[in-house]
Amino acid sequence: MNRNVELKNHQREIFYFRLRLVLSLGFVAVMLFILLARFFYLQIFRHDYFHTLGESNRIYVVPIVPNRGLLMDRNGVVMAQNYSGYTLEVTPSKVSNMDALITDLSKLVEITPKDIKRFQKLLSERQALETLPIRSQLSDDEVARVAAQRFRFPGVEIKARLFREYPFTDVTSHLIGYVGRINQNDIDQLEDDDSASNYLGSDYIGKTGIEQSYEQELHGTTGFEQVEVDASGRAVRVLSRTSPQSGNTLVLTLDAKLQQVAEEAFGDYRGALVAIDPANGEVLAFISKPGYDPSLFIDGIDTETWDELNNSPDTPLNNRALRGQYPPGSTFKPFMALTGLHFGTRSPSRTISDPGYYMLPGSRHQYRDWKAGGHGSVDMFKSIVISCDTYYYGLATELGIDNIYSYLSRFGFGKKTGIDMEGESSGLLPSAEWKMKRYKQAWYAGDTVSVGIGQGYNLVTPLQLAFATATLANDGVAFQPHLIKEIRRSRGEPLLTESRQLFDLQIDPEHMKLVKSAMEAVTKPGGTAAGAGAGAPYRMAGKTGTAQVVAMKQGEKYDAKRLSEYNRDHAWFIAFAPADKPRIALAVLAENGGHGGTTAAPIARKVLDYYLLGKLPKPLQTVSEKAGAEND
Amino acid sequence: MMNALQLKQRFMRNLDPVLLAALGGFALVSLVLLYSASDGNWVRVLGQLGNIVVGFVALWVVANMQLHWLMRAAVPMYVLGMILLLLVLTPLGVNSHGATRWLNIGVATIQPSELMKIAVPLMMAWYFEKNEATLTLKNYFVATLLLLMPIGLIIKQPDLGTSILIWASGFYVLFLAGLSWRIMIGSAVAAVASAPFLWSMLHDYQRHRILMLLDPSQDALGKGYHTIQGMIAVGSGGILGKGYLNGTQTHLDFLPERTTDFIFAVWSEEFGLIGNLLLLGLYVFVIGRGFIITANASTYFTRLMAGSITLTFFTYAFVNMGMVSGILPVVGVPLPLISYGGTSMLTLMLGFGMLMSIHTHKKLVKT
Repeated sequence: MNRNVELKNHQREIFYFRLRLVLSLGFVAVMLFILLARFFYLQIFRHDYFHTLGESNRIYVVPIVPNRGLLMDRNGVVMAQNYSGYTLEVTPSKVSNMDALITDLSKLVEITPKDIKRFQKLLSERQALETLPIRSQLSDDEVARVAAQRFRFPGVEIKARLFREYPFTDVTSHLIGYVGRINQNDIDQLEDDDSASNYLGSDYIGKTGIEQSYEQELHGTTGFEQVEVDASGRAVRVLSRTSPQSGNTLVLTLDAKLQQVAEEAFGDYRGALVAIDPANGEVLAFISKPGYDPSLFIDGIDTETWDELNNSPDTPLNNRALRGQYPPGSTFKPFMALTGLHFGTRSPSRTISDPGYYMLPGSRHQYRDWKAGGHGSVDMFKSIVISCDTYYYGLATELGIDNIYSYLSRFGFGKKTGIDMEGESSGLLPSAEWKMKRYKQAWYAGDTVSVGIGQGYNLVTPLQLAFATATLANDGVAFQPHLIKEIRRSRGEPLLTESRQLFDLQIDPEHMKLVKSAMEAVTKPGGTAAGAGAGAPYRMAGKTGTAQVVAMKQGEKYDAKRLSEYNRDHAWFIAFAPADKPRIALAVLAENGGHGGTTAAPIARKVLDYYLLGKLPKPLQTVSEKAGAEND
Repeated sequence: MMNALQLKQRFMRNLDPVLLAALGGFALVSLVLLYSASDGNWVRVLGQLGNIVVGFVALWVVANMQLHWLMRAAVPMYVLGMILLLLVLTPLGVNSHGATRWLNIGVATIQPSELMKIAVPLMMAWYFEKNEATLTLKNYFVATLLLLMPIGLIIKQPDLGTSILIWASGFYVLFLAGLSWRIMIGSAVAAVASAPFLWSMLHDYQRHRILMLLDPSQDALGKGYHTIQGMIAVGSGGILGKGYLNGTQTHLDFLPERTTDFIFAVWSEEFGLIGNLLLLGLYVFVIGRGFIITANASTYFTRLMAGSITLTFFTYAFVNMGMVSGILPVVGVPLPLISYGGTSMLTLMLGFGMLMSIHTHKKLVKT
């Protein structure tokens, strides 16, 4: 009995146990189903997502920055190039105590206070995660020292990079400009142009001059490398590579030696010179003096040097050739003469009697000639040769401002020339309409009088005046002034810049002949530039000019000695040669140089001598000699 | 003189060939996978081979034990385990990675909690067997205490993974021993109800840690990194996998702990969903065999023990795969029979040795 009960209990026990075992089995089945569902979810439904995550884990796209295109002059002389060197760079986001780091680093490599100031300026403008150079052009010794100690400096690295170099430094600074570090403005601009992706990894972009205006040609196409990396970010292997395409080499229309000759011809004068080939608009020389050392700007300039440059009374950062606006003075007269001939206002042979001043009918105000007592009897030819003011006071009055404006604006006065460089000024050719708009005043007859001799409201840029001179030299057929002769692509045929004719004024050949022969006589004995023209073995045509900086009171006499240097008149000279078949036309401005004939014209003569005869005023230093001399 | 056949029969007498074949399969998978997971490091592979050999020897020894020997071992093992766990709290305990789990016994360091994986269910099963005739609520209470005491010590170390596995192995004993549904449901309700109160008792950093366990993406580079990289490995494996030795997550070091706790991610990445189904199949096979042995076990003690061993083995596998695939928090549980490691291999093989002993000695006990 007892045993029976026990057996029963035992069977019941087994039954309940097996029931619970089956329940456990059910639990296991449910859990397994959950796992299976999870595997299906991860490996089928979300496979693409996780595949992408896995790929982005291991694949990095590393941009390969293309080599920037070179710049060379028309004869193949290099004007901007790249050289490889080492920089010491710091990633500020990885550095906790920047001052301590700089102190420690300066024990290994020389870091000047200027470097630190420059670095701090970069630091204040930096973008997140950017690395900033603290020292460039490390010597091999310095590289080795830093490399050995690098573990001590997280966030510090040595980078091998290509640096931009401008062999002609300040001689070509305003023409070529410079590259500088890409800033937020540049990034916004690149994003607007949809070219930001091409600048991945790039640190530099053209900021001014040709470097800026031809940025697209010079930059090249960024290459990419797909790299497989491990979890610590170390590259394991290269998966694919798209090579970068170097920027295009630009061949300038410029003649580097001519540029150097012109720059040296200025001596200590500030000023500008633009020389153009009248037959095709090629710019042969482009000077704005003083220049500056463009390499200062490449990795950011320190505040002190910047202030020094920016506040200098010589304004070395001002591109005078492109942006400087000055009254043309008497260089305006040949153009006025052509205007008079065009409208038939004055026949060439008509003479006036010059008492040394001009008075408007019904007025007692005397407009003085530069020569007290006057030039006596003056016809058009003589008016140019001796630069008679009285002749042009009268001519302007007879023409009226409307005629002057309508004809001379066709020469390009008051308009940008459209040269391939950014930031050009348009100068000013006044008109009655302009004066009303600008000053809310009617045009007075007196306004016209001073326009006749290139004073008054008139303003030109040296480039504009050179362009007008080239147009005149080319008998009224104007070509677009341009700086680039040829674009040599890293692949494909070189692209030659075609000379583009802008307009043909269809000037009567007789008119042309008269004005040109008068301009030629300017450089002959009796002319205002006789000294500068003396002994020239080619036919040189020109016109002097003087631009007032401060206005003279009625009856006051101009005395250079009494005026401070910066208030003295600017000296102008325009020229072309050979007069019968011009190969070069130019405009020279010597700021505060006084008379055009004595300061500006000799500069032009040296330029013409070199260009036409290959004659050097003195042996030119080579670029390396010049660099060496500067370091002494 | 025995001939070879006799020798083989003698050797295999107490082994279950079905289970043995499956375990051999796991050993093969472990070695092949470790070769890939360790980037072809033969030291690791041969080390694991050593672990496997030791494990099989232990299995053979235990399988050949009489069951009453096992029962006799229950109390001393449990007491020894508790003493060692207490010693971990003394200066003899070795701290590593912020947890004190090891004990320095001079010649080596041992992890007493591993011993408890066997000792706790063994002790509980022994206790229920002892009181089989007169089971009352009091016995379940005492058994629960036997379970909670070591768990309390192990949580303190802290070692969440081992605590969970020991808790599971003890709970299975309680469940199979017939713990009333009312008590189980009552405890569960009480646990859920007290959760908000316990939550309010926690420090901020403790709460943060728990939240991190629940949502690893909160800390993608810190604690969440393991889970995220594991999920990427599993998910990017797709249906067919990237192929043996071709897992990018594995071979480019993105997967952490890939020879130990995250070895399943390596398998998943290289063999895909198909591989996962095969591996799950192998686990299901072993668990199924375990259930059959349990169902046929002859005594109360062996039923409880076999059931607990089988279900714990499953729990092991489930928790590991669940944590690698991101449905469970990362708690530090290796993939049973595959992850590199001697201790877990030995514990598991001891368990399977007991299963075989239970299987082959059932008739002996009955008589």
